Amino acid sequence: MSRSASLPPRYAHRTLWTLLAIFLSPLAAYADPVFFESKLQKILFLQDYNTRIVVIGTSILGAACGLSGTFLLLRKRALMGDVLSHTMLPGVVLAFLLGTTFGYEKTLPLLLLGAAIAAGLGSLSVLMLRRISVLGDETAMAIVLSFFFGIGTVLLSIAQESATGHQAGLESFIYGKTASLTRGDVQWILLGSLFSLGLVLLLFKEFRMLCFDEEFTGCQGRPVVGLDAALFAVVIVTTLVGLQAVGLILIIALLVIPPAAARFWTDQLHHTTAVAATIGALGCWSGVTISALAPRLPAGALIVLSTAFLFLISLLFGSRRGLIGRLIRWSDTRASVGKDHLLRAFYELSESHLKWIRLEDLAGLRSWTPRQLQRLLKRARKRGEVIRGNANTWKLTDRGHLLAAHRTRNHRLWELYLIRYAHLATSHVDRAADRIEHVLGPELVHHLEQELDQRPPYAPESPHPILNPEESR
Amino acid sequence: MTITHASQTTQFGSEHAADAALSIHDVTVAYHRRPVLWDLDLDIPRGVLASIIGPNGAGKSTMIKACLDLIPRISGNVRILGEPYRQIRGKVGYVPQRETVDWEFPVSALDVTCMGLYRKIGWFRSIRRPHREKAREALDRVGLADFAHRQISQLSGGQQQRVFLARALVQEADIYFMDEPFASVDVATEQAILELLRTMRQEGRTVVVVHHDLQTAQNYFDWVVLLNTRLVASGPMKETFTSENLRRTYGGRLTLLEEAGRALSQAQAGLPHEE
Amino acid sequence: MIGYVPPWFDGYTEWLVAIAVLVAMTCAIPGSFLLVRRESMMGDAISHAVLPGIAIGFLISGSRNREWMFLGAAISGIATAILAQSLRVIGRVERGAALGIVFTTLFALGLVLIVQSADHVDLDPSCVLYGQIELAPLDTITLAGYEIPRALPILGVVFLAVLLATLFLWKELLITSFDSELAQSQGIPPQVIHQILMVLVAVTCVAAFESVGSILVVALLVAPAASARLLTDRLVTLVPLSAFLGGLAAMIGTLAALTLPGHFQTEIEDVNIAGSIAIVCGLMVVLAAIGSPRRGLIVRYLNRIRLQLRIAVEDLIGALYRIEIEKRSPETPIKTQLLQMGALTSPGLRSNFWLGLAQWHAHRRGLLTPSEPPSLTPAGLQLGAQLVRTHRLWESYLADHTALPTNHLHDTAMDLEHFTAPALSKALEEIAPTDPIDPHGRAIPAPTQPPLPDSESTPPDR
Repeated sequence: MSRSASLPPRYAHRTLWTLLAIFLSPLAAYADPVFFESKLQKILFLQDYNTRIVVIGTSILGAACGLSGTFLLLRKRALMGDVLSHTMLPGVVLAFLLGTTFGYEKTLPLLLLGAAIAAGLGSLSVLMLRRISVLGDETAMAIVLSFFFGIGTVLLSIAQESATGHQAGLESFIYGKTASLTRGDVQWILLGSLFSLGLVLLLFKEFRMLCFDEEFTGCQGRPVVGLDAALFAVVIVTTLVGLQAVGLILIIALLVIPPAAARFWTDQLHHTTAVAATIGALGCWSGVTISALAPRLPAGALIVLSTAFLFLISLLFGSRRGLIGRLIRWSDTRASVGKDHLLRAFYELSESHLKWIRLEDLAGLRSWTPRQLQRLLKRARKRGEVIRGNANTWKLTDRGHLLAAHRTRNHRLWELYLIRYAHLATSHVDRAADRIEHVLGPELVHHLEQELDQRPPYAPESPHPILNPEESR
Repeated sequence: MTITHASQTTQFGSEHAADAALSIHDVTVAYHRRPVLWDLDLDIPRGVLASIIGPNGAGKSTMIKACLDLIPRISGNVRILGEPYRQIRGKVGYVPQRETVDWEFPVSALDVTCMGLYRKIGWFRSIRRPHREKAREALDRVGLADFAHRQISQLSGGQQQRVFLARALVQEADIYFMDEPFASVDVATEQAILELLRTMRQEGRTVVVVHHDLQTAQNYFDWVVLLNTRLVASGPMKETFTSENLRRTYGGRLTLLEEAGRALSQAQAGLPHEE
Repeated sequence: MIGYVPPWFDGYTEWLVAIAVLVAMTCAIPGSFLLVRRESMMGDAISHAVLPGIAIGFLISGSRNREWMFLGAAISGIATAILAQSLRVIGRVERGAALGIVFTTLFALGLVLIVQSADHVDLDPSCVLYGQIELAPLDTITLAGYEIPRALPILGVVFLAVLLATLFLWKELLITSFDSELAQSQGIPPQVIHQILMVLVAVTCVAAFESVGSILVVALLVAPAASARLLTDRLVTLVPLSAFLGGLAAMIGTLAALTLPGHFQTEIEDVNIAGSIAIVCGLMVVLAAIGSPRRGLIVRYLNRIRLQLRIAVEDLIGALYRIEIEKRSPETPIKTQLLQMGALTSPGLRSNFWLGLAQWHAHRRGLLTPSEPPSLTPAGLQLGAQLVRTHRLWESYLADHTALPTNHLHDTAMDLEHFTAPALSKALEEIAPTDPIDPHGRAIPAPTQPPLPDSESTPPDR
């Protein structure tokens, strides 16, 4: 994997630790000393054998789900994962019924095998139904999902009537039995997760190509259908071993939510998988921890809710696409645009030999409300770009003048460029240049200069008349 | 003798040049059983810059995809450099339309370029330094060396197109198929791409480009395929790019054919169809 | 579970069937719109996501109070749609994933709330999944002197409400489903209509919830609509048809669940009704896909066979016409003649079976004389002339308009001539070349005058 220079790994680490801290803070509510010493300590430090098993098992499961879910999500097959897990029900119950009929009692491998076969059948049925074009993909999925689940329900009612008490184990596949995972279950989880991890690592670059550009994958002689089947195999295996932990209705949450959350933190695929695995593990771990504190609540649901909470955190605070980061960047841009406009207004007015500039003249140049203008001026004075004279007059400082000349120069270079190459009318370039000049990088300005044969440091003449405050009055 | 010749054309290549870069023989393609390309039959010689030109919906992209087995052909066969596509995949490069992929995808320009090498790297093996060096060189050739680590959504449309070109370059193929590489790119990119295409021709490679701009076609390319669900003309640019041929390409659709095609497709699917 | 098989019309079974049918019909109406909007999984998402709404309704009212349940469900239905939409727009999460995130979270929340409130309200989590339609007829109220299940009037009201809303907003639903931008330009806000549809789905889900549970609702929403879609191409018929099919499936499913198991094994007397209804719904889709008179696999297969026969007959007649015109020896057997002509390149005539079948069929239609070897009757001659004319007109047209090599024209025209309906043939005549010579240098036969009434050869089976 390439160690990318653009995104230092410490980014991911730092954010994840912060996340952990935020997430654990609600637990402080339980921090009354007696409680802490007795229960929380036991749970957090894995002193209890059972808790240890459950926590380790579900965390591994969460990581595996996050890992395989990343590719499911990027392949835009998230709902297909939902269908797969639902179609497993008839397989499980039928395997159970056959098992009891032939005297094998309830053995986990048999049930898992049944589930896997049913999931395979389910995905084949979806593929077949999808070919009826008037119905569409989603309908095909919904029909298969409900049909298989219906069969499962009927079989379940048969199992309940015929068998004698053993069927309690079946319920765990639907709702999950997080709190009572056994050592054997965890071994299966470990095995399944290792399988998924291995296959994903082996086929990492193929999966990346498949998810990014299916056509190109075909052109490279890579079997698209085969790779899709491999991806489904990974998803089916993780779902299988996860059924007992969170149940077949909610397992899809573990497949979809962590990768979707990870996308807010990073733009690199290998980081996405790593972060998704971490979030999955973290979500499971905290869900189990909470459920150990509140044993009456369904653990599977708690796991989903805590993973969803992590998603919410990522949505808001994600370092790459998080809402708050985007909001800050947006308001930063707005502030720097206002500053640029103010400086340019000063420069343009000082070009008509005005030393001290009155507030009305400034206001006349742009559609500023008095309040906006005052605020802009105040900030500019703090930065030492303008000074205030008597009455309501203002002047650029030397530093301010240099900056203003630079900004005006950029603006006018753009105007010239637009007139010469984009054939914009002279009367329109001002506004057009306004819109783009603020995103100018130094290298682009350099290009512009070469293109227009202009040398720094002076601003070229404005290509259009500038509103003169003396005349306009 | 009205009927006999049908048997002559069943074996390939009786009237096709043996050394053509691309030979398309009797290819018919249908989407949802509706034919979009009919009986395509043409040769493109080696070492030319060829353009495929025609109105919207003429099946230009379809032709390329049919050549690359991306969509099934109803009939006919294709030889690339004298071989079926399956056998010389490694020598064929493909640049799809920019819209076909999700540019929000979490990969960098370098990652995308490396994808052109996956075939050479082989199954299960990871990407190593020499591969990345090679990809970086290709990015440099298309003028994107500084953008190697940018996530692809942060590139402009023209830059995205050039990343695709870089990905094709690292394949070091003998023949390239490009689907509208000039569509909605800036002037600088257009010139850069053209420059690149000419270098490729000098190196003896063949490039087949779907093109939509009649104005520039004449200057950019030296071979032209005029297409409007049927082949209208194919040949050297100077002789083929005549106003008469253009009129036949763009002057109205072949409505009768379309209608017959619709009837044919419905009937073959066994569906009822109104007349 | 009910421990015995009740005989029919025992005061239980008929109520059970009535409830199931009403539930299915209610679901089918909004389900049809989900189907044509290609948003079927939205039904799945909403049916899961109404759970917290219902639970909160329980918590607030402290009982199974229906108004609160419906209100809570409607709100969570809209919330699902809006949340998924904003995750797509603001968070740039792909649609399927956005749905997955929203409905699993809401479902988990609902589960927690229900367990939390289980002390106050009698609600069993397993009822959430499969429903308890078996118990519905036992919970009765007295209405106008009759003792009827409590669920029935409620379902009736919901059914009427959904029906009325659909009728009232018919053209709005139609236009927004078909083309939301067009709707916008007509002053119909597609988002609002979409939300209304989501509310309808949510309310339906609540109504169906107690009977069939949250997962099998999807079967009732989608499967009847999908079956109906395979039977009709018009929305006006789609909605009532899917309601009918839904009702039918519910009835069959219920009765099957109660009676079928008794036939096979003695100790199991009935199975889960909701699951059985879902199975019947799924089978109905399969049945429709195979047997639909318009799009079914069987019909399409038969049509293809019929088409092949028609092409074989036309190829035979065309070849014989060419033989007749070129005066080959009429005594040699027909197969030898055709072989000499190379006419057997026609795929329809390659096998003896098809040749014989074509000959028989042509004879039956009065195109061939019964003599051995057969020759063309006047009607056959006329059809042959017409076919050859169409064929050669197509060749001229293709030669004029495309760069098809001359030696490829024939095969293409061979395909096209069978699909030239009268209107198309007329259009072809209009642009026919004035000199009646085809690109191979052969004469194009003059138009047949006047066409015999039974020589409507293209297509003859119409």
